[in-house]
Amino acid sequence: MTLQGWLLIAAFVAVLLALTKPMGLWLHALYEGHRTPLHSVLGPVERGFYRLSGIDPDEDQSWRRYAVHMLVFNAALLALTYLVLRAQGLLPLNPLGYGAVSEPLAFNTAVSFTTNTNWQSYGGESTMSNLSQMLGLTIHNFLSAATGIALAFAFFRGFARRSATGIGNFWADMTRVTLYLLLPICVVYALFLIASGVPQTLAGSVDVSTLEGIRQTLALGPVASQEAIKMLGTNGGGFFNANSAHPFENPNALTNLVQMLSIFVIGFGLTWTFGKAVGNTRQGWAILAAMLTIFLVGTAVTYSQEAAGNPILHSLGAAGGNMEGKDVRFGVVGSALFSVVTTAASCGAVNAMHDSFTALGGLIPLFNIQLGEVVIGGVGAGIYGFLLFAILAVFVAGLMVGRTPEYVGKKIEGREVKLAVLAIAVLPLMILGFTAIASVTEAGLAGPLNKGPHGFSEILYAFTSAVGNNGSAFAGLSANTPFYNGLLGVAMWVGRFFIIIPMLAVAGSLAAKKHTPATAGSFPTTGPLWTGLLIGIVLIVGGLTFLPGLALGPIADHFAMIRGQLF
Amino acid sequence: MNNDILSSLRPALVMTLLFAILLGLAYPLALTGIGQLLFPSQANGSLVTANGKVIGSTVVGQAFTSERYFQTRPSAAGKGYDGLASSGSNLGPTSQALADRVSADIQRQETAAPGRPVPSDLVTTSASGLDPHITPEAALYQVERVARVRGIEPEALRRLVGEAVERPLLGFIGEPRVNVFELNRRLDTIGAKPNP
Repeated sequence: MTLQGWLLIAAFVAVLLALTKPMGLWLHALYEGHRTPLHSVLGPVERGFYRLSGIDPDEDQSWRRYAVHMLVFNAALLALTYLVLRAQGLLPLNPLGYGAVSEPLAFNTAVSFTTNTNWQSYGGESTMSNLSQMLGLTIHNFLSAATGIALAFAFFRGFARRSATGIGNFWADMTRVTLYLLLPICVVYALFLIASGVPQTLAGSVDVSTLEGIRQTLALGPVASQEAIKMLGTNGGGFFNANSAHPFENPNALTNLVQMLSIFVIGFGLTWTFGKAVGNTRQGWAILAAMLTIFLVGTAVTYSQEAAGNPILHSLGAAGGNMEGKDVRFGVVGSALFSVVTTAASCGAVNAMHDSFTALGGLIPLFNIQLGEVVIGGVGAGIYGFLLFAILAVFVAGLMVGRTPEYVGKKIEGREVKLAVLAIAVLPLMILGFTAIASVTEAGLAGPLNKGPHGFSEILYAFTSAVGNNGSAFAGLSANTPFYNGLLGVAMWVGRFFIIIPMLAVAGSLAAKKHTPATAGSFPTTGPLWTGLLIGIVLIVGGLTFLPGLALGPIADHFAMIRGQLF
Repeated sequence: MNNDILSSLRPALVMTLLFAILLGLAYPLALTGIGQLLFPSQANGSLVTANGKVIGSTVVGQAFTSERYFQTRPSAAGKGYDGLASSGSNLGPTSQALADRVSADIQRQETAAPGRPVPSDLVTTSASGLDPHITPEAALYQVERVARVRGIEPEALRRLVGEAVERPLLGFIGEPRVNVFELNRRLDTIGAKPNP
């Protein structure tokens, strides 16, 4: 570890804290449906979209209607991508002449991008035409992100509204977030990326005759436009197989820093928006403090492990930190920080190969996803996931002091707690269940590249990533098989929508309640005591169930690494 | 419930179509136009041409395995620096295959500068398989070999490496690094002996 490394981490956090309130204010304007300066340009587009599709943006939807409209829209998007991928060979903008994507892979990919997972069983530059990248994939990067933020807005309204029947309008939330937040930022962001060396062209590739006289073919394409939303929308699906490690996606250390910032910036802002929505911004800061604490501990562990390096390689005579699977321009700290950010958020972009991290360095990304990606988290999904933990936390606090728990002016009763537990239980059930199946079946065991405990880690990481809608991988796993494409596809779908539906039900139930003013007996949900309780609940309820699995994988791997045992 | 589904069909289908046009076509195509206009070099891959031929990109690495050049890192992209198959090795920390490969690479490098520990980036594969850089230490490690093969004074090569080192932005954003393609292009311009 170096001073320069810690400076980078400190600067990263400082910039985000400075952006939290401005981003939160902008999101709050969209949450309330207020007019923004951008309305004069994009307002006609918004109104035109509503008119053509017969939407009344002022219709207040019940939680059921909100959920159904969101689901049907996502199903339509899923179908669009599936069709585009299957018809790839017949469609234009296919300079390298790629044929149709196979059925299991097209299913897996369509689910993956619809659920904001962006798990990639394929290598981008060797599978997808430019049209597929644009029309099949980029569009999801926007809309799955906008869906996530819309759902967070709906959940906020559950807390903010009093004796209400509705939780907002899905179409209005989703459209406003896309037009007034994601699209304008991405235009500027993509131009910055192009200026930095990220290609943006309709050409498919270029032939190079290298200095040594070898022929090298470099894949090109409309990379920058996809890269911008891939990071900002915490999607993570790379244009190229190597994702943000590819120099054409992430050409230098400055683009690397901006990419990491853009993964977190909306998530930071949403904590502030929540506080504002419930009438006390300190509520938002308390949540952010809990998230940031877990994040910084994880960063310290991964950074220190990667900087210390692999003792097995040291004994062979290679000095220094662990550089296997890392690019020199990012170095150890730029790679370690990126890995913690991308898994704390449900981004899943990678600029280093997590599979080649040291055992404990790679445990943190895995554990981050298992916690439910509530440490900042995916855009929207992070904050609503965290608020489900907050409901559990006030419930536990209520049990300890013997009062009916309240949170930001709402009584938390049996129905909310049951639904919150249902949503939270999806993760361990699905992750551990599917990992168990893959660990005892022939088709599952054919997957891992590495042997020994690290092979088990690859399987565990894959299902963790899919259910958690992250999309990063211990990428040695050969996942482009009918077995993994199918199982992971189901895991991604369940992991997204089986959390969303109970969450919306909680929102509906809360919105209908009266406001309960805080009294001297109310448990305070702003100070350090509350922040500490939140951290404890996230770690114990969210993390503890995974400990046995982690012991079989990364922890066993760590002891093998110390002993110098090879597999 | 049925009413909810029925009322969602038209918005879902029409919005899918409208957003597909806006986000899937208009947005990337408009950026392609603007990018090509404002940053034509970067938008097409930051390519370098010599004598009418494209000889490389300043952004993406290319393979250097010859003794005459400063060598790049080992690569897991295809058969090495395959621009259509970017990839890392994905070998884990306790992998026998990783230990074997690193051992072999250390032995190969050590013949160039016996008795000095090898900088780790020179014997590990990058995440992309297309890493354009090595560390300054890895470049300096190769100076004597290149000097011997080319018949150039080592001191002149050390100066060349020193000039090619790129420093971190503001002192902490990024790592000190050497772009191998750029370094070797400069190498070819100074007193090069014909290839034996």
